[in-house]
Amino acid sequence: MSAANWRRAINVQNPRPLPTSSQASARVAREAGVGRFSFENPVRARHVLVLAFLLAYPWFASPFFTYQIGAQALALGLIALSLTFLGGYGGMISLAQMTVAGIAGYMVAIFGTAATDGVTLGWPWWLAVLLGIVIATGAATFIGWLSVRTEGIYTIMITLAVGVAFYYLVLQNYTVFNGFQGEQKVFPPTLAGMYWRDATPFYYLALFWALAGYLFVVYLVRTPFGIALQGIRDNPRRMHALGFNVTAHRVAAYAVAGAIAAVGGVLFTWYNGLVTPGSVGTHWLINIFVIAVLGGMRHPVGAFLGAIVFVLLQNFAIDVIDRERFNLVIGAVFLAIVLFSRDGLLGWWTALSARLSTQRGATTWKAARGRLYAR
Amino acid sequence: MESGKRTFVRTLVAVVVVVAAFSAGAFAQAPPVKIGLLATLEGPFAAGGQDSMRGAELAVRQRNGVVAGRKIEIIKASSDAKPDVAVNATRKLVEQDKVDIMVGPLSGSEGIAVKEYSKTQPSITFINGSSGAQATTLVNPSPNFFRFNTDGGQWMVGVGKAALDKGYKKVMVIAEDYAFPYSQVQGFMTEYCKLGGKVPVKAWVPLGGKDYASVIARIPKDVDALAVVLGGADAVNFLNQYEQAGGDKPIIGGSITVSQDILNYKGKRRESLVGTIAGSPIADAYEAPEFKAFVADYKKNFPDGYPSPSLFALVYYINMKATLDGLDIVKGDLSDGQKKYRDALAKMTLKTPVGDVKLDGNRQAIGTTFVTEVVKDSQGNLYNRVLKKIDNVNQTLGVPPSEFKIGSRDEPNCP
Repeated sequence: MSAANWRRAINVQNPRPLPTSSQASARVAREAGVGRFSFENPVRARHVLVLAFLLAYPWFASPFFTYQIGAQALALGLIALSLTFLGGYGGMISLAQMTVAGIAGYMVAIFGTAATDGVTLGWPWWLAVLLGIVIATGAATFIGWLSVRTEGIYTIMITLAVGVAFYYLVLQNYTVFNGFQGEQKVFPPTLAGMYWRDATPFYYLALFWALAGYLFVVYLVRTPFGIALQGIRDNPRRMHALGFNVTAHRVAAYAVAGAIAAVGGVLFTWYNGLVTPGSVGTHWLINIFVIAVLGGMRHPVGAFLGAIVFVLLQNFAIDVIDRERFNLVIGAVFLAIVLFSRDGLLGWWTALSARLSTQRGATTWKAARGRLYAR
Repeated sequence: MESGKRTFVRTLVAVVVVVAAFSAGAFAQAPPVKIGLLATLEGPFAAGGQDSMRGAELAVRQRNGVVAGRKIEIIKASSDAKPDVAVNATRKLVEQDKVDIMVGPLSGSEGIAVKEYSKTQPSITFINGSSGAQATTLVNPSPNFFRFNTDGGQWMVGVGKAALDKGYKKVMVIAEDYAFPYSQVQGFMTEYCKLGGKVPVKAWVPLGGKDYASVIARIPKDVDALAVVLGGADAVNFLNQYEQAGGDKPIIGGSITVSQDILNYKGKRRESLVGTIAGSPIADAYEAPEFKAFVADYKKNFPDGYPSPSLFALVYYINMKATLDGLDIVKGDLSDGQKKYRDALAKMTLKTPVGDVKLDGNRQAIGTTFVTEVVKDSQGNLYNRVLKKIDNVNQTLGVPPSEFKIGSRDEPNCP
């Protein structure tokens, strides 16, 4: 599509003039075709702080916190990120994101190596991973193609149906997927003298891909494609009338989300060292949804926040309360977060920063921008 | 006056310091021994998991919470019978809570996964909970994983012969599709096939399946009995549906098919369970005084438990007892990467309510199995009578290890 098209699309979305000179200049720069990669938000102190913390984390955290909390949250966050992208920017809630992740995991096991009675071809790991991601992305595109003509609750239903169908397929198929036992001992390779399943290397591997996924989504939603997708989310009819191919944009969004989920799925399979029907059961389909909602869908970072809270609760709720009732704590915290914030943890963050900035007497545009950002 | 006050304060400080130093010293002499305890408090085996915790707790209570002068500190964790969840819970206990010894898990596939994990933690000793898959200790055993209970295959020894004695020459196998039932079917069929029995059809159903219509439709007319290796809710569902379909073939049960919880379900088919034979490491009506004492102790400690301890309670009790008895032998000494402790575990003869247990070279128990039969008492309650007690059952079921093939969907086979 032409640049004029998407510019018009934005103008229809936000007809009011942008109020500050910095934003105007950013816009001018973008229109001139320069600085495409510069984000609307400049790099701030908090970004540097968070990045420094993430990089230094394994040096002060125990291996348990590095691997089971840190790396698991990053891998799960990456899968949830795909749903945040689909739901937050595309307006499509897919419950099949864990299915896509699971397909990638199964393919890595089938093309690569696993201890199983089923099929393992024993191809080199990089080929298996590549094939896994490609096939999972293809599957995601297919799921998207199936479900884009539906809206809202019907999208949820159709993706849930696909997810459950895949669960029963792997549960009952023995020749390829090895049934209930699934694929065991699916481990990352030893490369450059490092076993990549050790706590610190695996953490950095997960961090690298999580950051890559995060930055990719942050970038993508500001490209013409991303803007058009958000336009379609808000008013598909108008976007159609403007000459955008709504279906194609949505299917493409599924494909992109599928690729992200596939990378997360490979990491999560390596993290567990196995992929079984239990990894793609309804329990996990819903967990991914919970993580995304918990963090908040308005910004990619929400997926990771949600994953951190989810993983911490899964691990430590049992220490807080009687062993037979620890699921109650998990449920209560989830309920509290979604009940008191319209947009998960991110909603709390926005409310907090808005309050702080008005207290400091900052200009109102900051709050206004927060709202704009929230769209 | 002023100086007297100061002296008083100084004395007080000195006393406090000395007391603190002493108590710290006393504490340092005998720190508590931390034991991680993992069972399934969620998922299909939640009820069994709860009872297994009771069994393990009973072993601790019998020692009043102290072993070799050290306090026993139990840290519990839960899984839902999925291997990845079990490994995550174990990893938390070992790496975060820093337990010295790990007891668990409950279910077959979990056991295999935890055994694999134990290889990455060579300084911790892992003792099984009640998982009974053969592969756990038979294939790539881990030097620090011990199993003081016999496995699913060992539990079924003697049932093949008992079935033939009853005149069942041809049976169909209906079992759940994962490691533990494979072991159970293997234990049954190894003997049954050797003695001339035939198994024309094996139906493998998913764990937690609800609809058995297609399986029931496949039951051949000419089989004499059904070998049903299903657990918990699956067993009840199958029995109900089989009854509704008008089925009347006698049943041979797996170890968790005709346990107390299932015998007490309400249904017409219940009557026809009388005469069902099964293999198990526990028999409700075993008469030995050690077992009766164990049952009485269980009832006294857990008034909210089952009328009689379940298989899970007994097996967790046995493994926890082994953990503590081992600590007793080495006087709580876990130094040198727990080497002494492991040697003691490997060598000891464990006294259990159902007879003595010794470990083989793979740190797998050699122990007692019961062949049981369901009978009805005067009040109309069903219970398991001991048909036969077989001692010293080893993991390869008497077959030389080189010829022994691990149980799977297709192994053994005698159509």
